[in-house]
Amino acid sequence: MPTARPTIAELAGQLAAGDTSSRELTEATLARIEAADADLNAFINVCAEAALAEADAADARRARGEAGPLTGVPFAHKDIFCTRGVTTTCGSHMLENFVPPYDATVVARLKDAGLVTVGKTNMDEFAMGSSNETSYFGAVRNPWDTACTPGGSSGGSAAAVAAGLVPAATGTDTGGSIRQPAALTGVTGLKPTYGRVSRFGMIAFASSLDQAGVLALTAEDAALVLQAMAGFDPHDSTSTDAPVADYAASLNNELKGKRIGVPGEFFDAGLDPACEQAVRGALAEFEQLGASVVDVSLPHLGLSVPTYYIVAPAEASSNLSRFDGLRFGHRAAGAETLEELYKKTRQEGFGAEVKRRIMTGTYVLSAGYYDAYYLKAQQTRQLIADDFRQAFETVDLIAGPTTPTPAFRLGEKTDDPVQMYLNDIYTIGVNLAGLPGISVPCGFADNLPVGLQLIGPHFGESVVLNFAHQYQQATDWHQQVPGDAP
Amino acid sequence: MSWETVIGLEIHAQLATRSKIFSGSSTAYGAEPNTQANLVDLGYPGVLPVLNTDAVRLAVKFGLAIGAQIAPRSVFARKNYFYPDLPKGYQISQYELPIVQAGSLQIRLPDGSLKTVGITRAHLEEDAGKSLHENLQGASGIDLNRAGTPLLEIVSEPDMRSPVEAATYMRTIHQLVRYLGICDGNMQEGSFRCDANVSVRPQGQQELGTRAELKNLNSFRFVEKAIEFEVERQIDLLEAGGEVVQETRLYDADRDETRSMRSKEEANDYRYFPDPDLLPIVLDEAFIAEVREELPELPEAKRARFIADYGLREDDVDILVASRPLADYFEAVAGTVKDDPKLAANWVVGELSGALNRDGVDIDASRVPPHALGELLLRIKDGTVSGKLAKEVFEAMWAGEGGADEIIDSKGLKQITDTGAIEKIVDEVLAANAAQVQQYRDGNQKVLGFFVGQVMKASQGKANPRQVNEILRKKLS
Repeated sequence: MPTARPTIAELAGQLAAGDTSSRELTEATLARIEAADADLNAFINVCAEAALAEADAADARRARGEAGPLTGVPFAHKDIFCTRGVTTTCGSHMLENFVPPYDATVVARLKDAGLVTVGKTNMDEFAMGSSNETSYFGAVRNPWDTACTPGGSSGGSAAAVAAGLVPAATGTDTGGSIRQPAALTGVTGLKPTYGRVSRFGMIAFASSLDQAGVLALTAEDAALVLQAMAGFDPHDSTSTDAPVADYAASLNNELKGKRIGVPGEFFDAGLDPACEQAVRGALAEFEQLGASVVDVSLPHLGLSVPTYYIVAPAEASSNLSRFDGLRFGHRAAGAETLEELYKKTRQEGFGAEVKRRIMTGTYVLSAGYYDAYYLKAQQTRQLIADDFRQAFETVDLIAGPTTPTPAFRLGEKTDDPVQMYLNDIYTIGVNLAGLPGISVPCGFADNLPVGLQLIGPHFGESVVLNFAHQYQQATDWHQQVPGDAP
Repeated sequence: MSWETVIGLEIHAQLATRSKIFSGSSTAYGAEPNTQANLVDLGYPGVLPVLNTDAVRLAVKFGLAIGAQIAPRSVFARKNYFYPDLPKGYQISQYELPIVQAGSLQIRLPDGSLKTVGITRAHLEEDAGKSLHENLQGASGIDLNRAGTPLLEIVSEPDMRSPVEAATYMRTIHQLVRYLGICDGNMQEGSFRCDANVSVRPQGQQELGTRAELKNLNSFRFVEKAIEFEVERQIDLLEAGGEVVQETRLYDADRDETRSMRSKEEANDYRYFPDPDLLPIVLDEAFIAEVREELPELPEAKRARFIADYGLREDDVDILVASRPLADYFEAVAGTVKDDPKLAANWVVGELSGALNRDGVDIDASRVPPHALGELLLRIKDGTVSGKLAKEVFEAMWAGEGGADEIIDSKGLKQITDTGAIEKIVDEVLAANAAQVQQYRDGNQKVLGFFVGQVMKASQGKANPRQVNEILRKKLS
């Protein structure tokens, strides 16, 4: 494992100083992926040729004096984002050979900023999973312990950043899919407010919850990437036209006088004691930085997991109907009738977890069950969102653990979906409420990283980035590298 | 037992927007298959719908025209089912909160009586594509040009009691949407379609009978015939001790019968839920007021005005106001003729409509524009041409031979009003028909008509008939 993991800010400095070129960085990145990815399986697709062409273009742009802060930096996209001309699988057999004719808005914006896409990262199939084990392309391994999962669904991006293969990568977070793998691999993972980043071109899992974000080594890097991703998109009606803040500008704000709310509900019996210890340590650090820590309550948080597992599958069951074998993606051979074609295509194309969620979602939307499940879940969702809103009336930030445990072993929870779902117990509420959240490394449990979750009010990306950055200025947990003794 | 028929209609009117309801693709009809379907219409992974606000405006216009409540907040929902011409596996529609709620429409039945039909709701939705089964060697083709075309589904209350009432309601809605300019009403191209819910119940019973939904009623006549057939079928069934089953039935125009398509048990569970990709439509009073300002004069108001202001006959007015362009045409002609709206009406209802129908020409494309017809009528009024010969002039104008004056000149159709000239012809006719002159003088007044005919014939129809009459009477007395 490499011990040097330069950040975007560092690479940008080297590029600006002329100490290196984008081609050089990209070639080195490709070489690292070549060397390490057989173990990790973080990438579904490495696009070396296109990446080198983009690198040369970035170098030319720099030579013309037109480079921005991200120009020429190697980068990776979760394979859920459509990339024009580059296979986009969403971790599924269904889309194994799907080559989108267009770029997702996130991809287009980061391309415009000059980031060089070296490949597409592995993920749970259609982002449904918490361990990256549902990927049709095989599980991703955690760089800290290859017998463990990196978390999911953005597990490939998390592992690639943790292992130093790329300085940052996109992720998507529907119920914790950025923050949970960031926690389990010891990197920084930012999920913005719902609507802050366009969903256009991001293959939909649960439309009312899905949000694109970034996995990086530092909060500072996350701010740089978010700056380029965020903003209204006329192609996405649910994206907001609220102005995009200058995220870098507030990173260094003092925390003196700020109030951090800590929900008792986050420190339940399911929380691993070593994780709790690390999180408590981080809270003490914030007090050192001048913030005060107060108790808050999110009384309905316990409803998050059941609420989520109604809303998300319901939306997914509808979103995934378009995969019928007729226009794109897998089409079963040998079907005699239309119905048979549908059935065989979807039977062959989708994995077990995806099918489970389609069936759950179809059930909860069925006539006679809608009121008892979907409608009730909308009501509990509102209660959860109200809890957060009330808490933010008295505090600037809410903090707690990202996950109940550190990384678990591959195969450990695959036979028990409920145990798997409970790994997202602290992250899901944030999606249901549409809030921004970040996970930053805050210590270790059993030699595996522990994540601290910082949650802000709506459009409070600056707030969570500011807290995270100040924390990272005061600590070095985020600089611990897999393979080194913590 | 005597039976009462109960009918409700669901009308799909394609809204006349330039682009689709959730994508920028063109809605123009008749393009090569799949050339007007972009990635959004194809339901590609990752794409999202964006609402075309023109469709909202047109729906609100309809709602205001039927005195409905315009929902301050309405919501798009997904109607989920699998079909090859439905790319996303769901249709975006409105379910629990439609944009137009609780309106009504007055219809004028053929016997002249009026009836108010309740309109439960009208909601926005996208159309599906088309499945093509012809000329494809046993395979099926899918054309997605129509996928995503905006529709307004107008759902009536079960207020109609006969096939004639149903057809009249459908005609009235058709007239209204065209007046409003929100739908071109073209039934051949599928811009205006209708399904009917039909049931029967014993006269006097409150409870509704089990209904059948009739599909594929793409003309006014088919609606009437299909319902007639269906009512008879249901009554026969019930009188034979059977039961009507709730089902969807397809009307076959060639055989003039309805056939079962699918039963309630086979019906889809559409699993409606609010579409998370689209925000609710939120409308404020200012927007609604703005749309209200754009409302044209509606058919009933126009009808009343034509009767009051122009003193026209009701049956002529019904023809004139049937479509807005025809009414506008009439008003333009009447404006040129000034003091004789009846003459204008007679010509628009008579010669003009005849020519349009004969040649299958749309009023908007009339080969004789209103001011040209007005000029011709002025020539009748001032005696330049007789009413009879004016028809010949009109035909020549229709054939593109020029304006009224030009044709009257070139064809020599100018009316003879010179008394001397007419007297000369009269004299010749009287001289040539001594026997009839004698008959007249013996008291047979009917012979006068014979002389008029002879004089007109001799003048090639050009003599002024009033003068001919006068001179004949004078000379014969």
